[in-house]
Amino acid sequence: MSAARSKKKHNTDDYLRMYRQMVRIRAFEDNANQLYLSAKMPGLTHMYSGQEAVAVGICEALTPEDKITSTHRGHGHCVAKGANFREMFCELLGKEEGYCRGKGGSMHIADQANGNLGANAIVGGSMGIATGSALSAKRLGTNHVTVCFFGDGATAQGLWYEVMNMAALWKLPVIYACENNGYSEYTKTDEIAAGSLTARAEAFGIESFRVDGQDVLAVNQLAQRLVERCRKGEGPFFIELETYRYHGHHVGDINRDYYRSRDEEAEWKKVRDPISNFGNWLIDQKIMTADELVAIDKEIVSDAEAAVKYALEAKYPDVREVDMHVYAETAAWGETQ
Amino acid sequence: MTREITLSKAVNEAIAEEMRRDPAIVLLGEDVAEAGTPFKVLSGLVEEFGTDRVIDTPISEPGFMGIAVGAAMTGLRPIVDLMFGDFLYLVMDQLCNQAAKTHYMSGGKLKVPLVLRTNMGATRRSAAQHSQSLQALVAHIPGLKVAMPSSAYEAKGLLKTAIRDDNPVVIFEDKLMYNDKAPVPEEEYLIPFGKAHIKREGRDVTLVATSSMVQVAEQAAETLALEGISAEIVDPRTIVPLDEETILRSVRKTSRAIVIDEGHQSYGVTAEIAARISEKAFYHLDAPVIRMGAMDVPVPFSPALEDITVPTAAGVVENARRICRGELVHAA
Ligand SMILES: Cc1ncc(C[n+]2csc(CCOP(=O)(O)OP(=O)(O)O)c2C)c(N)n1
Ligand SMILES: [Mg+2]
Repeated sequence: MSAARSKKKHNTDDYLRMYRQMVRIRAFEDNANQLYLSAKMPGLTHMYSGQEAVAVGICEALTPEDKITSTHRGHGHCVAKGANFREMFCELLGKEEGYCRGKGGSMHIADQANGNLGANAIVGGSMGIATGSALSAKRLGTNHVTVCFFGDGATAQGLWYEVMNMAALWKLPVIYACENNGYSEYTKTDEIAAGSLTARAEAFGIESFRVDGQDVLAVNQLAQRLVERCRKGEGPFFIELETYRYHGHHVGDINRDYYRSRDEEAEWKKVRDPISNFGNWLIDQKIMTADELVAIDKEIVSDAEAAVKYALEAKYPDVREVDMHVYAETAAWGETQ
Repeated sequence: MTREITLSKAVNEAIAEEMRRDPAIVLLGEDVAEAGTPFKVLSGLVEEFGTDRVIDTPISEPGFMGIAVGAAMTGLRPIVDLMFGDFLYLVMDQLCNQAAKTHYMSGGKLKVPLVLRTNMGATRRSAAQHSQSLQALVAHIPGLKVAMPSSAYEAKGLLKTAIRDDNPVVIFEDKLMYNDKAPVPEEEYLIPFGKAHIKREGRDVTLVATSSMVQVAEQAAETLALEGISAEIVDPRTIVPLDEETILRSVRKTSRAIVIDEGHQSYGVTAEIAARISEKAFYHLDAPVIRMGAMDVPVPFSPALEDITVPTAAGVVENARRICRGELVHAA
């Protein structure tokens, strides 16, 4: 096989995985939304639908050893970093087999085995954690890169400026990835963010980039480059990704005309949907046929439905677990007196 | 071999010994390297361990606290130096929402082995924002452990245990005690968490005292002894976990208790310990349990005012006399 063909094959696998992962996120969210609407899910949850190219484009540039920190809108990051549907749905439903034994729920899913240090219900709350993970990489020589996902609203938190300053001073391998979906809760970004976000990071001497967050290939190519440069000690970096959330702020935010028009939503879905645009590109490039893509979609939807069914029937944690994991068991302090 | 060293030296030795033992330990804080902190507690460490491990940070308490949490989750064992206990308010989100809850929220998957070293203690004429004793604030949060050393000996042994513990631990050093000397063994030792120390045995009244209040209790006990009142002093050493058993055993023996801590009295450490004694040793008591905390006022600057806000030996003596005579401290 010629070198050119094997490269093409390799790319084809990557493209397919990216397509699948985006569809998996969409399918996960459609089911989560359904669980909420049918009152089968405790609490609320924030849908990632529409932003899939961000999580997938970035996480596909990472290894399982690389770390991410996530947000209240975190299902997409979790799936993209390698999590399974079953454990995720179990967590959303508060079941024992959930990633966090039902103790975290939607807003705290962590999947340490795949490098997901956790979603966070404090806006901007994980910016320090991501930067600390990068400090570990540098001090321990593990060479892992950390990506800190956060929303446009989180750029208003002072913590970001404190940790960016230290990350730049100490040349840490961390990428701050701001998913600018145009809104924080029910407020437009223009109303809460003065000036330019990239200029803020640049003020710390951090190289900054803006990219179309609906274009998975553009996101992935940029992420690959920056991850490589982080490994060479050239971090930190900042990326602003322009994107859009399809649902309300959370699943219960249904009547939202007062802050966002239906026309605007329809326009993004029609023109800038990351999955259908990428699917069409795969067809245009003759990498896949439309039928093949439909088959993939179907298979994933049925996987998701099976996982939901499993999770609905799974058992709740035993009540004796309520005061487990408050403190970690310390193996041994050593000799004490 | 035992020699007398200052509390400051004890802390420095504990950190140096642990850093030699475990390369994953790093120190983070403001002016911790060449300056060795404003209290000079960390002098000499950067010379031995270098700036990769003794890391000077900008004045960004939430920032470096958050970095420590993430570092602890991914393989380092950070010791954070928070220059004044009063700055705890600045790090509350990272400490209480992140560090304290991560292990639980992840169903036991993630651990946050970090130590937050900070200080407490009034009467240094530092006024309301540099004098607070905020241990109750963090003791209230499940997931955090809280140590309160009462001498150089405890400072060293508790800090070494804190560093080896796999949980976030907050350790409060009384900043007025940094130059106080106490006998400290040359050999390595650790003090277990959740194990109180009976500092002095007695029959008539139990004085449960934390940190520098142990010295206050000791002075009071000397005076009381001259009057024929025998006081027992219990130093919990860690308030989370709390060695309830030792405290209750002492109170069952003496039938009277005074709880002394330098934090504000209302909703404080003294309130918690007094409540546990009342709940669990009620039928052994001959008098109401007395709380002695700092007055519920911001710490004033003027020496004329500041000195009356904290518990004193004279105050402990007075309360002990009364409850031993069967008099009321507070009107019924
Ligand atoms: C510190 C803090 N303040 C407020 C909130 C309530 N809150 C939850 S999500 C959110 C909006 C966040 O906007 P953004 O960062 O843009 O993320 P998005 O929801 O758009 O993904 C707010 C205000 C919170 N969780 N934490
Ligand atoms: Mg937003």
